[in-house]
Amino acid sequence: MKEVFAMGGYGYYVWGAYGVAALVVIAEILSVRSRRRATLAEARLSAPTELGR
Amino acid sequence: MNWYKFSSPSSFYPLAGRMIPWFAWAAAALTVAGLYIGLSIAPTDFQQGEAYRIIFIHVPAAWMSMFLYLVMAFWGALFLGFNTRLSAMMAQAIAPTGALMTFVALWTGSLWGRPTWGTYWAWDARMTSELILLFLYLGIIALRGAIDDPRRADRACAVLSLVGAINVPIIYYSVTWWNTLHQGASVSLTAAPKMASIMLSGMLVMSLAAWFYAIAVVLARVRTIIVDRERGAAWLAALPEVAQS
Repeated sequence: MKEVFAMGGYGYYVWGAYGVAALVVIAEILSVRSRRRATLAEARLSAPTELGR
Repeated sequence: MNWYKFSSPSSFYPLAGRMIPWFAWAAAALTVAGLYIGLSIAPTDFQQGEAYRIIFIHVPAAWMSMFLYLVMAFWGALFLGFNTRLSAMMAQAIAPTGALMTFVALWTGSLWGRPTWGTYWAWDARMTSELILLFLYLGIIALRGAIDDPRRADRACAVLSLVGAINVPIIYYSVTWWNTLHQGASVSLTAAPKMASIMLSGMLVMSLAAWFYAIAVVLARVRTIIVDRERGAAWLAALPEVAQS
């Protein structure tokens, strides 16, 4: 396990690269989801209703 | 089958919704497989040691940054030619994903460059043109935010993305046309690859994973864009996720 972290001495570079890539993917997915929730909420507010409520 | 019906937002919205899970799960599976190949099976590099393993993120991200730009410009061109607003919405949906891929390519490339070239950055042709690609993506996103009328924004962004498209072949050929710090192409459509086949396989699996991930994310984003921009349409109000309960 230590060798996996160390990556032959290049640990900072390799995990710094993989780590940021993983963060970007997670952040993008969360951002898309949050935008969808917000937009749907806005759409619900402005959607015309059948009963004219 | 009449494919043209999917050029209407109301038809495309449910289609995209059905497509997303397939691409998302495929991306997840390919990522697991690609990481297993890249981090576990592929051997240590003779020259670069373990540092070379950044290739399994860097190259897919860089390829995607270029492909996504061309796809975005293509949708922009379709919009300008046919005035179909869904084409403009697709272009709008691609820009953030493309920008993030470009950032990841630059970041991972920089971290790879430090141990192997001795520097995080150089103003060589490839790195500079990839940085310009990031500025183009960000500029297109900013331009959309700066224009109130969505149709005018669509037109402006389509024109900017087409003008900027020349940058993509420049990035691609930069290592051939100029003397660059960045190495030349190791993979070609016509010649044998100059790298070990297990490393190439890992790279191709991760590239496919990146493609499927990008498709899933862009389809998800375009669905939100459709809901936002088609506000007031009857079909939208009838959607279960929108209809008042």
